[in-house]
Amino acid sequence: MAKELIRLRDCTMVFDDDVVLNKINLSIKDNEFLTLLGPSGCGKTTTLRIIGGFVKPTSGDVFFNGVRINDVPPHKRTVNTVFQKYALFPHLDVYENIAFGLRINRHEGRRLSKDEIHSRVMEMLEIVSLKGFEHRDVTSLSGGQQQRVAIARALVNRPKVLLLDEPLGALDLRLRKDMQIELKRIQEATGITFVYVTHDQEEALSMSDTVVVMDGGVIQQIGTPEDIYNEPVNAFVADFIGESNIVDGIMIEDGVVEIFGKKFACLDAGFAPNEPVDVVIRPEDVDIVDIKDGMLTGTVTNVTFKGVHYDVIVDFKGFKWLIQTTDYCPVNSRIGIKIDPDGIHVMHKSQYSGMFGDYSSYSAEYEEISDAELEPEETVSEDKLYEA
Amino acid sequence: MRRRPRVASRIFLALIYLFLYAPIFIMIVFSFNASKSRSVWSGFTLDWYTELFSDSMIISSLTTTIGVSVIAAIVATIAGTFAAIGFFNMRKRWRSPLLAINNIPVMNADIVTGVSLCLLFVSLGSVLKYQLGFGTLLIAHITFNIPYVILSVLPKLRQMDRNLVDAAMDLGCTWFQAFYKVIIPEIMPGIINGMMIAFTMSIDDFVISYFTAGSKVQTLSMTIYAMTRMRISPKINAVSTLLFLFILLLLIIINVRQIRQEEREKKLRTLKSK
Amino acid sequence: MKLKYLSAPYIVWMALFVVAPVIIVVVYAFTSAAGEFTFDNFAKMGGYVSVFSRSFLLAIISTAICIIIGYPVAYILSKERARQQRILIMLIMLPMWMNFLLRTYAWMSILENTGLLNRLLTLLGLPAVNIINTPTAIVIGMVYNFLPFMILPIYSVIVKIDRSLIEAAQDLGANAVTVFRRVIFPLSLPGVFSGITMVFVPAVSTFVISQLLGGGANMLLGDLIEMQFLGAAYNPHLGSAIALVMMVIVMICMWLMNKFGAGGEEAVML
Repeated sequence: MAKELIRLRDCTMVFDDDVVLNKINLSIKDNEFLTLLGPSGCGKTTTLRIIGGFVKPTSGDVFFNGVRINDVPPHKRTVNTVFQKYALFPHLDVYENIAFGLRINRHEGRRLSKDEIHSRVMEMLEIVSLKGFEHRDVTSLSGGQQQRVAIARALVNRPKVLLLDEPLGALDLRLRKDMQIELKRIQEATGITFVYVTHDQEEALSMSDTVVVMDGGVIQQIGTPEDIYNEPVNAFVADFIGESNIVDGIMIEDGVVEIFGKKFACLDAGFAPNEPVDVVIRPEDVDIVDIKDGMLTGTVTNVTFKGVHYDVIVDFKGFKWLIQTTDYCPVNSRIGIKIDPDGIHVMHKSQYSGMFGDYSSYSAEYEEISDAELEPEETVSEDKLYEA
Repeated sequence: MRRRPRVASRIFLALIYLFLYAPIFIMIVFSFNASKSRSVWSGFTLDWYTELFSDSMIISSLTTTIGVSVIAAIVATIAGTFAAIGFFNMRKRWRSPLLAINNIPVMNADIVTGVSLCLLFVSLGSVLKYQLGFGTLLIAHITFNIPYVILSVLPKLRQMDRNLVDAAMDLGCTWFQAFYKVIIPEIMPGIINGMMIAFTMSIDDFVISYFTAGSKVQTLSMTIYAMTRMRISPKINAVSTLLFLFILLLLIIINVRQIRQEEREKKLRTLKSK
Repeated sequence: MKLKYLSAPYIVWMALFVVAPVIIVVVYAFTSAAGEFTFDNFAKMGGYVSVFSRSFLLAIISTAICIIIGYPVAYILSKERARQQRILIMLIMLPMWMNFLLRTYAWMSILENTGLLNRLLTLLGLPAVNIINTPTAIVIGMVYNFLPFMILPIYSVIVKIDRSLIEAAQDLGANAVTVFRRVIFPLSLPGVFSGITMVFVPAVSTFVISQLLGGGANMLLGDLIEMQFLGAAYNPHLGSAIALVMMVIVMICMWLMNKFGAGGEEAVML
């Protein structure tokens, strides 16, 4: 059983009447790759900064190895951070940037000697594949290189926990994918707990042992990537992770759910009889068949070629579904669909019901931008986060 | 934030501000002093202010100062704006040395600028039979004002989205229309700021005017200088009080405009990022 | 029609009124009253070594005092909350815009033998001091006039230091003192260089401060130049030679500021 390293208990954070975090409870274990995932403004960065000590929660406690650390300043915590814009010291070269933490700290009770510092820094440069870059000016490095220096600078101090604040955001796609594999490898090799913040769900799914999905300052779901994907707990999580069709349904009894007036077999249980529910069906779990074999029939309104598959938008009694299939269906044709029981996932209704899942448009913004009545939202500016 | 150092630093700051403002306030207080003494208070009076307004020397030098400052500011603003736009559209090879020359009046010690212009006017004057006077004073003021205008307008040009001009021309504008419909409005804050700074620098100038105005023309600063050498009356205090209030007003205006502008830009940024 | 030609009129103006004067000064510096090429003027400058050394000494002392006082002020201001910072900075700038003759004159009334300072001291039972017409008075005058020119560049550089750099240093284990020593101070040096330039140049070339606060006895370079042009000892050639030396000093400072300095533009503008 892995040891619990960090615990947040009922942490709430209020900035200027904005409740950024609402009674967060989180347990982070030893040797774990944990990702905080959510849209911007959900509180994931604030949670990270609370762990790092840059921000104190308005109420609630933070524990490290069982000890309450709310009042411990950042420079005394055995936690290191990789900042979003790297925050490399422009007046120091690569070697000095990495050695920074070693030069000021007393490690294991004594100050490190010049040789020890040198060997640790060189070891780190090797790990992040930057051998030979010691005396380079950090401002002359590319984004990917600066990234690695930032990681080396944090890891060289052998922290128990490494905090990463959307570190790959500024890199282009292929480099990002390589760095994801790289980071995962480093985490497994060093055994350090990584707490990773991102809004990119693909990134979260591919790297993490545990994913924590957040929205509006509240943790929506905690689980492994497979759990989060296959068994989202509400419409928000279902929609945020991958594409989902979310329709209203009624749970007739265990194993049977009714949508659009027809009964479907499913694998879910534990709901009250005839309870109104949200039903999630992933676009790739829908098969297109002849009308006579179909469980439901609808009209194709849009077909887009995506290379790997077609995105087909189908209208079922006014509700638009997204189906991903390798079969081509002409626009305006009538088709039938078939869904296997394990392609259906039932969730309790929540505040998010009705907000997601219909594919009249891919994004919520698309409809909002035509609405003259809507006023632009004020987002909590980043400066406020730094002022605490 | 620890408590104790904060108290010490606040006391330190307060002392510094006291140091900066004590002389000014002493001047203001003694401008109302009933006696001529600069350090003994004998009662409240507005006499010095009324004397000020009947002193013909002061009135005429005030008129001269305002005249020079206004004209110099306007000319410098127009010339500086065109110059800035011109420089902005140059290749770096030409622009860098030209900007370096432009900075000479700004960086040079006042006295060197004043003395060199004086030499120029005197040498030319003997040839062209022209004496030091309002004309040379004006030329000198324009010369040291234009660089400040350029320094104020250039950053605005750099901030301006280059695509705006292309967009205007794409929609049918000639370069001239693009100029006054697009470029000028975008850099207007820089132009106005530059004009106000040029105006303030002219009003405040002493050394350069001293060397280029000749004997027949006097600016307010030159009159004040003569007065301080003679150490006669608290009229000087009255002058400084009035000048202080005037400058305070100008600075408040400049700063309020800047604050409003920054808030407007901040609002646009949060709207755009949505 | 190319936009770059808009600057043509100004280029002509600059040639006439910025470049030509400099050339004339150079010419005068190297000629005698009779119009022949000579180094005499520079030789004559040798007779004024005391004036040169006094000017440099006082300017250096004033610059040093401005750094000692100004750096802490800039640092403290940079930590204030945003709205207060703006007002406090404006209050630093305000005296700069007051006519500096009047500001210097104000110190006369404080430092005079019968002035406010001595009145205050005698009131407290302390002995009166004779500061007026001494180099000390000149230094006080210089520091008073030029302190904001040191504070503003340093402030504008410190305030621009990326907040996340400070957090990164804390994250790596640096306490407040270490953060200052290893991050803030090194990054603030460009501002200090700008400040030095913006204080030293006017300090070494002033003539009003020395006349009002130093009496006739403490002559500085500025007084010397003034005398050559508008004063009794009319010798524009000597004056030009001294002015040329001053220009060279300014150019050196400008070069230093370009290479190592930052934050100067804001101080100049505001």
